Amino acid sequence: MLFLAQDGITNGAIYALLGFGLVLVFAVTRVILIPQGEFITFGAFTYAALSSGTLPRTAQLACALGVIAFCVELVSIRHQLSIRRLVRAALLFVIMPAVIWLVAMIAAKYSRSVPANLAVSLLIVAPIGLYIYRIVYQPMAHASVLVLLIASVGVHLALQGMGLVFFGAEGMRAPPITEVAFSIGPLRVTGQALAVYVIAALLIVGLWLFFGYTLYGKALRATAVNRVGARLVGVRTVLSGQMAFVLAAAIGAISGILIVPMTTIYYDSGFLVGLKGFIAAIVGGLGSYPLTAMAAVAVGLVEAFSSFYASNFKEVIVFTLIVPVLLLRSLAVPEVEEEKD
Amino acid sequence: MTQHWPIALFAAVVAVIPFVPEIPPFWLVLLDNIGLAALVSMGLVLLTGVGGLTSFGQAAFCGFGAYTTAVLTTHFGLSPWLTLPASLLVSGLLAVILGLVTVRLSGHYLPLGTIAWGLSLYYLFSKLEFLGRNDGITGIPPLSVGSWSMIGAGSIYYVIWGGVLISAILTLNLLDSRTGRAIRALRRGHLAAESFGVQTARAKLLVFIHAAVLAGFSGWLYAHFIRAVNPTPFGAQAGIEYLFIAVVGGAGHVWGAVLGSGIVVVFKEVLKSAPYGEGQLEVIVFGVLLVLLLQIAPEGMWPRLSAFWPFARPQAKPRKASALPARAKADSGEGKLLEVEGAQKRFGGVIAVNDVSFAVASREIVALIGPNGAGKSTTFNLITGVLEATAGRISLFGNPIAGLSPQEIVRRGVARTFQHVKLVPDMTVLENVAIGAHLRGRSGAVSSMLRLDREDEARLLAEAARQIERVGLGAQMHQLAGSLALGQQRIVEIARALCADPVLLLLDEPAAGLRHNEKQALATLIRQLRDEGMSILLVEHDMGFVMNLAERIVVLDFGTKIAEGVPSEIKTNADVIEAYLGVAA
Repeated sequence: MLFLAQDGITNGAIYALLGFGLVLVFAVTRVILIPQGEFITFGAFTYAALSSGTLPRTAQLACALGVIAFCVELVSIRHQLSIRRLVRAALLFVIMPAVIWLVAMIAAKYSRSVPANLAVSLLIVAPIGLYIYRIVYQPMAHASVLVLLIASVGVHLALQGMGLVFFGAEGMRAPPITEVAFSIGPLRVTGQALAVYVIAALLIVGLWLFFGYTLYGKALRATAVNRVGARLVGVRTVLSGQMAFVLAAAIGAISGILIVPMTTIYYDSGFLVGLKGFIAAIVGGLGSYPLTAMAAVAVGLVEAFSSFYASNFKEVIVFTLIVPVLLLRSLAVPEVEEEKD
Repeated sequence: MTQHWPIALFAAVVAVIPFVPEIPPFWLVLLDNIGLAALVSMGLVLLTGVGGLTSFGQAAFCGFGAYTTAVLTTHFGLSPWLTLPASLLVSGLLAVILGLVTVRLSGHYLPLGTIAWGLSLYYLFSKLEFLGRNDGITGIPPLSVGSWSMIGAGSIYYVIWGGVLISAILTLNLLDSRTGRAIRALRRGHLAAESFGVQTARAKLLVFIHAAVLAGFSGWLYAHFIRAVNPTPFGAQAGIEYLFIAVVGGAGHVWGAVLGSGIVVVFKEVLKSAPYGEGQLEVIVFGVLLVLLLQIAPEGMWPRLSAFWPFARPQAKPRKASALPARAKADSGEGKLLEVEGAQKRFGGVIAVNDVSFAVASREIVALIGPNGAGKSTTFNLITGVLEATAGRISLFGNPIAGLSPQEIVRRGVARTFQHVKLVPDMTVLENVAIGAHLRGRSGAVSSMLRLDREDEARLLAEAARQIERVGLGAQMHQLAGSLALGQQRIVEIARALCADPVLLLLDEPAAGLRHNEKQALATLIRQLRDEGMSILLVEHDMGFVMNLAERIVVLDFGTKIAEGVPSEIKTNADVIEAYLGVAA
């Protein structure tokens, strides 16, 4: 029983992280980030590749996406071209990923340190979030939630396919973040599980402070509520969206890095893991961080126990769980607005 | 109002294709697949494009249809023709169950919910012993008539495409009917539809079931075409694909589903034969195209293509039909019609309407005026049941109506217009106005599909046309409501309200956006309605208009009634002047 609970809570903490990423992105851009799962996979693969001393191919992916984003940016600023804009675009979309590629090559060759690999992995995956936003969502920032959702499905499919092309169909696993382990009574606590708890807790508190108490966090929230209004008071909504996607990609990558030492990750694993983060985020109404955290732990527990008692129907149970939750949510928030699109 | 000959032409072309000499059999397989996908997407067109309910889970309903016939034919040896109703019934029943839970989900929760149960059902298919787990069920018998077994792609072709054509016609019939208008009002303007008696929850459930039954039908055909089922074609990926097809084709158009399936199925085939193979490239291109399509042409291919269609849609005037029975009207100005006593509405700590009392007599024009934020529209919403009063009594003919639904209140003879125009922009003026007569017709979904509703429908449309002529918009009858000027849209709303045959008409700022002579015409119309026995309660900011028209005026300020009386009294009332202009220094 205790093992199950521990297992559930560890997974729950990761789901909570993912849930936060989703809440964050939705709150700022109204995008329901289905490709979150791919950031998990990318994070996991990058970290696993670095740990085994090979160059992660996500670095190339980041470069490729960066170049596409650069082209999109060029097209969109073609009427107001200036040296400053051009330099900024080149820096952000071409030079940055190139430098990161270089760093990745060096890290793959020489780095055996866990924190360094972790940092480099984040450095590679986070810009992918930025480029995805620039290419896909920024041109359609005013579309309805529904259109954005369908677009998200498209992004998810494309990225997952790229995952298969870049990493192949074989699974990956990485060494644990720390080898430390100790026992509390009958429970064996691994350093990996502890790392999960600590990182999750830090991020949760960090996000909560950021959104609740900093001007920038409040600006992000304002963007979420009313784009036009936020622009009128001087919030740069495009920047907010890019910021949110970078954060979400980083969160997804961290989750992937935390998971990959515990389970084998395949090119399509991220989606399922991400969906469980979803359930948590939705319970929180895509808005509340504490509720999301609690729901995530609950999802983790349900999953752990149902995989023990009815392993065949684990996924059935977890995904069916969401329906009554959704129902409660939509009853709690009576619908008043009409679709405008 | 659909044209028949293009459909007949299409049917003829479809029927001839297998006879084309030396047509590769593989093409027929592709065409079969297109037909199967078109059936599912057609349901999605109705559900998502028209009804605004996005579902990623349609593949699961296909699965129900396919597995039902697979189990019944292989385990119990039933004839495939007998399992058809069973397959449709199972998909339909599950749609009722899932629909009751999911359709109530609002906004973006619904698509998320469908992803969830889509996945959950997929796992269920692949885990249940009697469905053969991941291996599925094989050895399903082919369809047969007498001794003729439809084994080849060319023989089941006729069943599939016959099914597609019939489904398309039934769906088009449904959309062009009383129920269809209710469905088309779901996506934009369901608040208004509810105010004219449309049970939106029921309409949503109806399209949900319709889409599920179409998917189940496709699944049944699939099972007897491939003659084996396994979970893969009913998973999340397939569900997404169907939605993709609907979006590609044009999510608001029934034929867009057929077009979309053609494009997507052929395209997938081309990608499969590309050198990369293994479906890797397929998925990437798929995703990229979906995004591009949403960025460039979110309305899909069908509207783009049909813009080239050289023949204009027929714009026949609705044919003559017997008049609808009308409600008895008051013949004198005696007696109170509407009584509002101590009505109060709180939104959290804000009191929008505070202890407001007034009455409207039969054959009376009463105006409700007051500065912005005085609570006028909230009062309207209380009377029509859109909002429930926190306290107080509202009664009609002495019967309390507070707490009744908008649908019930319009049934009792209270019709309204809205301050912010609520028309369905992509429906014609005629169709919009006909929604007003929703409660005066009774044809349901099934009779509409089978075209048994024509008599009823003709009467509704004739009534709508009569009211449109009456408000002076006869020339705009067949234009899309969204293309009219805002002032005209307000007038359309009046015609729609008149279609409900009300005893009490609530007009929320009817003269806003009208020119001087249009206002004159409106005033004449309102007086005429009064003379015919209707009572009118109106909110209006144009004081000249109100003072000339209203017999009595009720003035609200900050949710409280500050004055009531005939226009000449109100003009000189110190409180009213203070509320509007402030205190003289």
